[in-house]
Amino acid sequence: MFLLLLCFMASIALGVADIGPDDILQAFTQPDGSTEHLIIRTVRVPRSITALLVGAAVAVAGAIMQGLTRNPLADPGILGINAGAALAVVMAVFWLNAASLSVYAGFALVGAAIAAVTVYGLGSLGRGGLTPLNLTIAGAALTALVSSLTTAILILSQRTLEEIRFWLAGSVAGRDMDLVVQALPYLTLGLGIGLLMGKQLTTLSLGESIAQGLGQKTAWVKGVAAASVVLLAGGSVAIAGPIGFIGLIVPHIVRFWAGADYRWILPYSAIVGAILLLLADILARLIIQPQELPVGIVMPLLGAPFFIYLTRSKIKR
Amino acid sequence: MFDLATHIALTTRKLTLAYDSEAIINSLDLAIPAGKITVLVGPNGCGKSTLIKGLGRLLKPKGGTVYLDSASIFSLPTKVVAKKLGLLPQGPTAPEGLTVRELVAQGRYPHQNWLQQWSEEDEHHVEAALAITELKDLATRPIDSLSGGQRQRAWIAMTLAQNTQILLLDEPTTFLDLAHQIEVLDLLYDLNQREGRTIVMVLHDLNQACRYGDYLIAMKEGQVYAQGVPQEVMTEPLVRDVFGLDCRIVNDPVAGTPLCIPIGRKVAVQ
Repeated sequence: MFLLLLCFMASIALGVADIGPDDILQAFTQPDGSTEHLIIRTVRVPRSITALLVGAAVAVAGAIMQGLTRNPLADPGILGINAGAALAVVMAVFWLNAASLSVYAGFALVGAAIAAVTVYGLGSLGRGGLTPLNLTIAGAALTALVSSLTTAILILSQRTLEEIRFWLAGSVAGRDMDLVVQALPYLTLGLGIGLLMGKQLTTLSLGESIAQGLGQKTAWVKGVAAASVVLLAGGSVAIAGPIGFIGLIVPHIVRFWAGADYRWILPYSAIVGAILLLLADILARLIIQPQELPVGIVMPLLGAPFFIYLTRSKIKR
Repeated sequence: MFDLATHIALTTRKLTLAYDSEAIINSLDLAIPAGKITVLVGPNGCGKSTLIKGLGRLLKPKGGTVYLDSASIFSLPTKVVAKKLGLLPQGPTAPEGLTVRELVAQGRYPHQNWLQQWSEEDEHHVEAALAITELKDLATRPIDSLSGGQRQRAWIAMTLAQNTQILLLDEPTTFLDLAHQIEVLDLLYDLNQREGRTIVMVLHDLNQACRYGDYLIAMKEGQVYAQGVPQEVMTEPLVRDVFGLDCRIVNDPVAGTPLCIPIGRKVAVQ
């Protein structure tokens, strides 16, 4: 918790424009309209809040998905949920002819939901039913298909919306507070439901037959948990674009000390997810100064090696 | 058949179980005696596992029903059933890092709700389950670090913590070496003797089935081929008809129960 606060402060302080701790305090206590104070209040703070929220949301979504599917590789990025939400937003922006992202949180949710149902359906069709491998393959296939559709729309439309392109790479920069506030209800609702499902998810993670034998209404639990994933993933994509790997890595990091009980995994995932995205975003600002990278590009640099480690060690058969 | 004084734990009436449209079990009438160990035997694909799932209300029947205390198991709230009937499917796997105690504590699920999360009674049953399965020393170890026999004991401990009168187990000894198989069967026998629990299990080893079963149900192609005490059921013609195997039945020199010795080609040729 303390670490989270520290990262949040660092995220406000560090960046292309160097700003001292005194200025930060002053920007809130006695704003004088200087450039530094303006940067802090309109750029750095919204950006840090975005990173905090999105990091927590995506990490919890990943943890829920891993429990729900009993699949260590589950994550909104890998299973195509982010891609689905992104496609829905891009389609909405280009065909419904609006210039702003801000009205499309709803589309992101719908896209995320459709993608979730599709991957679940495709994964169940394969030989042996809904195994981790089938689900991952279905997710990868859907991601490839949906991403190419997204790219096709972007090319065909011949309108290069800078905002969309930067957003598609996954970024927490340049978000105004309006957008954050707009997606906030989805994220808090998703987080609230998700955290309440901890006990049920632990039972479900023993396997569906065991959970049913213990008297759990598994269809109901799965439905509610999936709904919270859609809210969390859709809401985060609406704000920050598709940000991969956080949902994959964080639950595994957390398990080192939180064990296998989702009543602990979920809240810790929220905190560590927020910390990790804040750190990644600071890195994204500093890595090629004076320019900045979208954090969605920095994340896979950390995530890809971890993903390979997971596929080698955690997937049995 | 058992005599009329025997209590019945579970009854099926015209039970039809199917995956998709293919019926595995057709219109089955069956009674499971209370306080006894009942063993289901039969060749692969005869419907033993399907029947266990049906008895444990994991598979909705296409027709007929299962009665538990004279109420249809499918019309009772699932948590109410879970307080009376515990179920261990074949080859369960625990999530990585889950400790023995955490797994066993999950057995208390049906006894909890949103308001009452963890009670002294829960604690008592978890401790008792760990004690009877001799897992106290391993309680903080992750399941994935245990041997096969210890693992299976941990899963059985979970169903014990559930504190149900009836236990359904699908092949509890699969993938275990012989010593661990006997370890698990002895544990189940003790539970039945000491606490009078009703146990229904699927076993592949006919000799173990005869040794540990009070009551044997031999199944073939989704139907009960024969049922009764092992001495009556386990005969040379039955093994030939049900399993398609020629054998000799002798008395087990240790227990006196039937012992099935397959003939096989090597001896037949000589």
